[in-house]
Amino acid sequence: MEKGKRQIVVPGETIVSGNEFLPGDGAYRDGVDVVAGCYGIVNVYEKHVRVVPVSGAYYPRRGNTIIGTIVDITFNGWLIDFGGAQNAFLPVAEVPRYVNKNEMAEFLNFGESVIVKVWDVKSRGVDVSMKMRGFGKIEGGMIVSIGANKVPRVIGREGSMVKMIKDATGCSVTVGQNGKVWISGNDTDKEVVAKKIIELIADNVMADGLTDRVEKYIKGMGLKVDEGVEIVNEETDK
Amino acid sequence: MVVKKNLYTKRKSGRKMDEVRPITANVGIVPSADGSASFQTGKTKAIAVVRGPRTLHPQHMQNAQTGILRVSYGMMPFSVEDRIRPGPNRRSEEISKVTEWALSSVVDLSGFPNTVVDVFVQIPQADAGTRVAGINAAALALAHAGIPMREMVSAIGVGKIDKSLVVDLDKYEDSEFHDGEGSTDIPVVVTSRTKEIALLQLDGKISVDEFKECIEMAKKACDGILKVQMDALREVSGVRDQKSGGKKNG
Repeated sequence: MEKGKRQIVVPGETIVSGNEFLPGDGAYRDGVDVVAGCYGIVNVYEKHVRVVPVSGAYYPRRGNTIIGTIVDITFNGWLIDFGGAQNAFLPVAEVPRYVNKNEMAEFLNFGESVIVKVWDVKSRGVDVSMKMRGFGKIEGGMIVSIGANKVPRVIGREGSMVKMIKDATGCSVTVGQNGKVWISGNDTDKEVVAKKIIELIADNVMADGLTDRVEKYIKGMGLKVDEGVEIVNEETDK
Repeated sequence: MVVKKNLYTKRKSGRKMDEVRPITANVGIVPSADGSASFQTGKTKAIAVVRGPRTLHPQHMQNAQTGILRVSYGMMPFSVEDRIRPGPNRRSEEISKVTEWALSSVVDLSGFPNTVVDVFVQIPQADAGTRVAGINAAALALAHAGIPMREMVSAIGVGKIDKSLVVDLDKYEDSEFHDGEGSTDIPVVVTSRTKEIALLQLDGKISVDEFKECIEMAKKACDGILKVQMDALREVSGVRDQKSGGKKNG
């Protein structure tokens, strides 16, 4: 394998040979070979070999910001559906205010949406918390589902794309790593514009020069793109 | 005893005895799915869609130790000359089950207990060999969905037409040729790394020696199919921008 080059592997394919290598996530050992256990990009760090999936369903990781809806209320917390394999659990203790355990629906009721942080990922489920700034119950605005694989493109390099949308529409845009985007602004029309821009990005994740296209689209809608902000698009659009 | 002449020395399609039909494979054809693929050999076409892992309902079907794989195979009403009644039937139920077993030998869902991975296989156009085309498409779709798999699987139909051993039977060879010893077809699924057989069915009559030869032919054909599958997966969109070596976005 060439160094520095991103290699795509198919399940069952030998990634590297040698007993000194250690198979990590998405890889396993077969004799002296380290073999891909899923489809994705190879990541070799020192002697640690991993395969990072490039497509498919959303797999939560610790530290991810996710947007989901309340599907169940238990005696000590809430269950949140975020589009993953299992529901996430939000304990009462991880909520930034006092909640009366007899009236938990007062704080979060069925069908209400929340922004939470992934605290722990186990095979049996995900624990989440909303005890930090920026997390909490979603009130107002709209949620757009784009799919987890498109999230990096919507965020853009160092957040450039999100910043452009925010500056142009004046709405607050929160991107959950599970592929859901929350848009909130004072003006519904502006929210709709932001939604349209996000859908444009989601439909053209593979396009070259996406930043320019989005910029043009925003200008076409009669909005301004903040020229003062330097948008790094060379790297993102290759 | 009179030794009868072999009535099938030349294939109707003009192919060589061990020649497969032209193959095309595409990955990521259904944007709303977690994984999807199409696989075409000659006139036989299969589309596979994967959804999940997701919570399995009803709850009593859940397995607390591992996720389960659930395959649904179906032929579209217009896929053959006579319209077939849509919905599950005896044949489609069987193929769903054997596909599920063949794929279960390579997928590892132990990391997702209480969940299900659904695989939907549809045949929009059939010219024999639909179950193997379906399995090839399903394997691609599962890989595309990022499901942990020990290896890939490739599938091919082999068989015997009168006295000739052939690879990749079409509709004529499979069900319209009745002269001499008739036709025998053997769908085979071969895993990509260990070259083990994940599915083996046999319809017809064949001697042990001929059977062994058929399996060798199938393994050889599967190597070619695996190459097409791997190329399709490498080509798929979404991977391209990382390939150029740029820093990952976000």
